[in-house]
Amino acid sequence: MELFANQVLAGIATGAIYACMALAVVMIYQAIDHLNFAQGEMAMFSTFVSWQLMQWGVPYWGAFVLTVAFSFAAGIVIERLLFKPLAKAPILTNVAGFIALYAIINSVAGLIWDFTIKQYPTPFGSSPFLGSQLISTHQAGMIGITLLMLLLLFFFFRFTRVGLAMRAAASLPESARLVGINTSWMIALGWGMASAIGSIAGMMIAPVVFLEPNMMLGVLIYGFAAAVLGGLTSPFGAVMGGFLVGIFENLVGTYIPGVGNELKLPIALALIIVVLVVKPAGLFGRAIVKRV
Amino acid sequence: MSAAEEIVTEAPAVEAVPKRAMTLGYGTSLAVLAALIIIPLFVKNFIIFQMTMLLIYALAVMALNILTGGSGQFSLGQSAFYAVGAYTSAILMEHAGMNYALTLPIAGIICFGFGFLFGQPALRLSGVYLALATFALATAMPQLLKLGYFEHWTGGVQGLVVTKPDAPFGLPLSQDMWLYYFTLAVSIAIYLASVNLLRSRSGRAFMAIRDNEIAASAMGVDVALYKTLAFGVSAGITGVAGGLGAIAVQFVAPDGYTIQLAISLFLGMVVGGVGWLPGSIVGSAFIIFVPNIAEGISKGLSGAVFGVLLFLVIFLVPHGARQVAIVAQQLAAKLKKN
Amino acid sequence: MVRLGIAHVPQGRGTFTNMTVEENLQLGAISRSDTKAIGSDIERMYEHFPVLKQRYTQQAGTLSGGEQQMLAVARALMLRPRLMLLDEPSFGLAPLIVRDLFRILGKINREEKVTILVVEQNAQLALELADQAYVIETGRIVMSGNAKDIANNEDVRKSYLGY
Repeated sequence: MELFANQVLAGIATGAIYACMALAVVMIYQAIDHLNFAQGEMAMFSTFVSWQLMQWGVPYWGAFVLTVAFSFAAGIVIERLLFKPLAKAPILTNVAGFIALYAIINSVAGLIWDFTIKQYPTPFGSSPFLGSQLISTHQAGMIGITLLMLLLLFFFFRFTRVGLAMRAAASLPESARLVGINTSWMIALGWGMASAIGSIAGMMIAPVVFLEPNMMLGVLIYGFAAAVLGGLTSPFGAVMGGFLVGIFENLVGTYIPGVGNELKLPIALALIIVVLVVKPAGLFGRAIVKRV
Repeated sequence: MSAAEEIVTEAPAVEAVPKRAMTLGYGTSLAVLAALIIIPLFVKNFIIFQMTMLLIYALAVMALNILTGGSGQFSLGQSAFYAVGAYTSAILMEHAGMNYALTLPIAGIICFGFGFLFGQPALRLSGVYLALATFALATAMPQLLKLGYFEHWTGGVQGLVVTKPDAPFGLPLSQDMWLYYFTLAVSIAIYLASVNLLRSRSGRAFMAIRDNEIAASAMGVDVALYKTLAFGVSAGITGVAGGLGAIAVQFVAPDGYTIQLAISLFLGMVVGGVGWLPGSIVGSAFIIFVPNIAEGISKGLSGAVFGVLLFLVIFLVPHGARQVAIVAQQLAAKLKKN
Repeated sequence: MVRLGIAHVPQGRGTFTNMTVEENLQLGAISRSDTKAIGSDIERMYEHFPVLKQRYTQQAGTLSGGEQQMLAVARALMLRPRLMLLDEPSFGLAPLIVRDLFRILGKINREEKVTILVVEQNAQLALELADQAYVIETGRIVMSGNAKDIANNEDVRKSYLGY
């Protein structure tokens, strides 16, 4: 039983990483109805920017704020330059665009900062949290930040006019335009916010997985899985999905014999698919009822 | 409540391509065919090998095209079917000593079954969920192939070496050239079969599902059957391509069939034009040659160059090679008039 | 169009089905800058359409067709328009509900000082409500004038009113 509890705790610690990323995934999905495959790379690039700022002597929180601001702006610029012209193109063309963006960012980051692994600092320290060896103060801090972001997003979407307008633009663009919402800019704003959230996720994750251009690849896959599991329409679901995937993965690795590190991911994904077959909108998502 | 008012509008994943537009005209087909037959006689062996790979990937891209362009389903798991086909051929050749040509239909049938079965749970998923499910399949496949249980057959991480076949009947052809013509023959056969499939009753059923699933089922199309069937056919063709690929590369190993292959095939389809079968060969050329070109332009930034080229393609011709073909056709028609 | 003070209630209503009734009303006022007055405007809409008040936390998609049409009208009014365009408001609704809706429209027209332009195939009801009427045939206005005169016109009665 103690082993079980420990594994669950360890799962929550890794799950925090996925939850962070899943939040960014849901954000962009709300805004543009797509999964952005380049999101992990955008977050990685932002994290490198913050690292560079710190190398130049900017203190941690200063770099943190500057990076979030930079990412927000960069997200909007990317949308305006590259994806606004594709708004009317078929979905598959957009997906190809994401893959192209992925290749570009990955390659540019590799050229600027090369592919060696770098240490990344944490503002929370890395001593055991509350005397537990399984969860460090950094991981606890990361969980705290994730929950804080979730809370802020909830208030933003529920109680601000801009949040309401963004939701309207995402759910029914034609009607949103009729009431005078500039839907095009709402999408850009969604990109900016998703990029900013992604940068926070990146800066939280980097101390755990180390900083390098390919650091986000695995994380993004888990982030997608978590978001889909929790329900792509629900930020709360995405965060819960993140923790669940983390726990899941740890338990599978512990209790099913013959599952090495390599089979953890496929098994976790397979179980998620089983969940989806039973509950297609995800655990916490709202079912979209289509009438014809 | 009337029908029109409650529609939840959703951009279609795939733009509807009419049946006629899915293929090439007669004359153009013959010209392309002639080029494919003649060119290898004048080039070096390495280029012949690359052309063989071009055909093989074109087959795999076409298989995805039948699934996506034909029935509107989407798959990131094509690399898994490709791997199963490749391993089937390799194991049959190396362990059972079977003739390479005979292994291909077996690879196709096994993959058809595999795809058909996979299509069952996939029935309940669509859009991003289906993408995730197929993605899971693609990531799992290399790991499964590495598993100790199958090591005796698969060769584990090391993989298997496959012998390249000689030209039969003492024909004076090099191995590469023979394999090229063999692949060409297989590709043409499968292409013609696919075109006919899409023009048949089943093809119409596929397209009805793609364009409006509910309406299709209301007209009496067995949606579940045809959707799984589309998965099966697509997987089967991919399997044959995989088998050919194994023979051409003379080697199979788990890491040759990662998600990257699946993404390449997907890009090939987009570049070639979704739903336009002849575009598959253009798409295949893109995924084989453009990374090389990108590397040639800049070693350190090859990924960026590739990305930029891809953006250029989707900005200039968002419908891929199909759009180019249509424009060319209109130009030709104009010239004729003048 | 919004800036010109024209609100449009499209055919098919364009309700934000996955948001609550109240959120739909707030969206109607999203382009207004006088945020203070929005709350009282929403209250006034609830007076016009009491059924919306009962359901203000419900998702708009769960409303009946008639209720959704009322919500669409209320949402358009939240803009405080000078002119409101209604495209086939009776579309797909039960006759009783249509009558109720038209009664409220008349009241709104008087109380809110909004010009309402209705395109409607239910000619009888539309003519009862309207001050001014236009008959359009194959895209051209073939007759215009006072609604009562048109309703009494021999040809119109034969072709559109059926008596």
